[in-house]
Amino acid sequence: MQKTRRQKQSKRHPSIWQNKFRESRYAWAGFLLPSFLGVCIFVLVPFLDVVRRSFLTAVTEEWSGVRNYQTVFSNQAFILAVKNTVRFTAVCLPLLIGIGLFLAVQLSRLKKMQMIKSMFLFPMAMPAATVVLIWKMFFARQGFLNGGLLAAGLLPEGSFFDFMGTKAAFWVLVFSYLWKNLGYTIVLWLAGIFSVSADLTEAAKVDGASERQCFWRVIFPNLKGSLYTITVLSFLNSFKVFREAYLVAGSYPHESMYLLQHLFNNWFVNLELDKMAAAAVCVGAVLFAAILVLQKLWDQDGQSQE
Amino acid sequence: MRKNIQKGITKTALFLLGAAFCIPVLFLLSGSVMSRYELTESLMPLMADREELIRWDFIPMYPTFEHYIRVLFQTPQFFVVFWNSVKIVICILAGQLLIAVPAAWAFAVYPFRFRKILFTLYIVLMLMPFQVTMLSNYLVLDGLGLMDTHGAVILPAVFSTYPVFLIYRGFCGLPKGLIEAARIDGAGEWTIFRHLGLPLASGGILSAVVLGFLEYWSLIEQPLAFLKDQTLWPLSLYLPEISIEQAGYSFVASIITLIPAVFVFLSGREYLEQGIIASAMKE
Repeated sequence: MQKTRRQKQSKRHPSIWQNKFRESRYAWAGFLLPSFLGVCIFVLVPFLDVVRRSFLTAVTEEWSGVRNYQTVFSNQAFILAVKNTVRFTAVCLPLLIGIGLFLAVQLSRLKKMQMIKSMFLFPMAMPAATVVLIWKMFFARQGFLNGGLLAAGLLPEGSFFDFMGTKAAFWVLVFSYLWKNLGYTIVLWLAGIFSVSADLTEAAKVDGASERQCFWRVIFPNLKGSLYTITVLSFLNSFKVFREAYLVAGSYPHESMYLLQHLFNNWFVNLELDKMAAAAVCVGAVLFAAILVLQKLWDQDGQSQE
Repeated sequence: MRKNIQKGITKTALFLLGAAFCIPVLFLLSGSVMSRYELTESLMPLMADREELIRWDFIPMYPTFEHYIRVLFQTPQFFVVFWNSVKIVICILAGQLLIAVPAAWAFAVYPFRFRKILFTLYIVLMLMPFQVTMLSNYLVLDGLGLMDTHGAVILPAVFSTYPVFLIYRGFCGLPKGLIEAARIDGAGEWTIFRHLGLPLASGGILSAVVLGFLEYWSLIEQPLAFLKDQTLWPLSLYLPEISIEQAGYSFVASIITLIPAVFVFLSGREYLEQGIIASAMKE
């Protein structure tokens, strides 16, 4: 601080100019270094080690070529987990994005919606651990869902349907994911809707467009950018559904909701690190490719709009 | 006129749906003041796995604070777990800010080589789920002898790239001309960061803190994998261990876990939304 003041007084001295230039040229390294070193130590370098290990046997560390990959791809649990994870994503994303858009459009028409928006966001603040008991009260054989369905006559008299122990477990998980994630999807859609300029929608209304036309013809085409980001974020948040799944149903839930996350966790507990390494490389590569493709699409879209 | 009625109906419907989203809190609140007798009575079918439906009254017949007293005054274990959670969250958030704010500044202000590639790398890492980096983390933590310590949960989280991205957004608004002007006036790079950068970053920092708090307060995956010793566990792992026979205790512990999260949620609502929106913006 003192030094800079002194420099200030002796303004425009050539050597100081040079120093300044050099300082600002390499200053970024000083700011970035702590973070980048940490990332290297905790993620990048060990990930290279993981890649190496994926070609070795677990205990003796001998070269085994692609055998680990073969083992993983012929592993029943892995196939089941991939299937379920893909199915879960394929069901949840369209539901979440669609319902979120519908609710956001309804909300955008109201004047005072801050409170309602916050109510939808609230599940984000509820730690998974605090809802475990309540999920049990809802979805157990003796739970409220069963009671409700019995009262509505949708279940045969005197039947106690076990939602967590049958294929319905998958849908309980879907419900839980929607409950947790609808709030931020709505926030993102709303931000997208409000970023479409009011002049544009106003002009469309003056020209006699109905509210429905106004939405589909004017606002909706401008929401592509939001769609990409919401897709990416929702997809990555879908991995966190493991929290509820694990807490409610444990390490080995009904097979319809046995996800990749369970598998990684179980392999870790059993110290099957060779399989884990190969699977981590595969899953990482698939996600990496997916992220890059989405970003490319997104960039192209941004350019075409500009 | 018809339009107004329609709007009223939409609003009521949305309100009711929103309220339904918050119902779990009502269960927790009513359960936490319900007497042990009434709880057993209501949840008996679940406890004994009988073929009978459970019942629930949102207004307990004989409200009592016995469970609160038990948790707060008779269960030292609860405090250990509670402080574990507090310690983990505070260390992670403080560390993240210390590391992420300068890094975000570097990305926002300096047009250095490899900037674009590095930033893309940071985004990809921010989006990777824990399961992919789990083994990498384990190898380092094991090598450093940090397994089964709080450091195993804290350190990898400190270097998360998500806050870098959130805070970066705040810095982007700074006009380049202003920085040039400060340099010509002889301000050093650190001074520029301290006096021009930091005040601008407050929005992004708060967003990162609010989102981070909610995330790390309910952390499951990392402590589950890296902490074997149950006395080191955070609340989020300890709560589900309480058996249903102790439902009252479980409800109260849940309420106490919920209080800090709700406090942060309500006071940081604005920043929470800004943070959510910022994480969806492209560079």
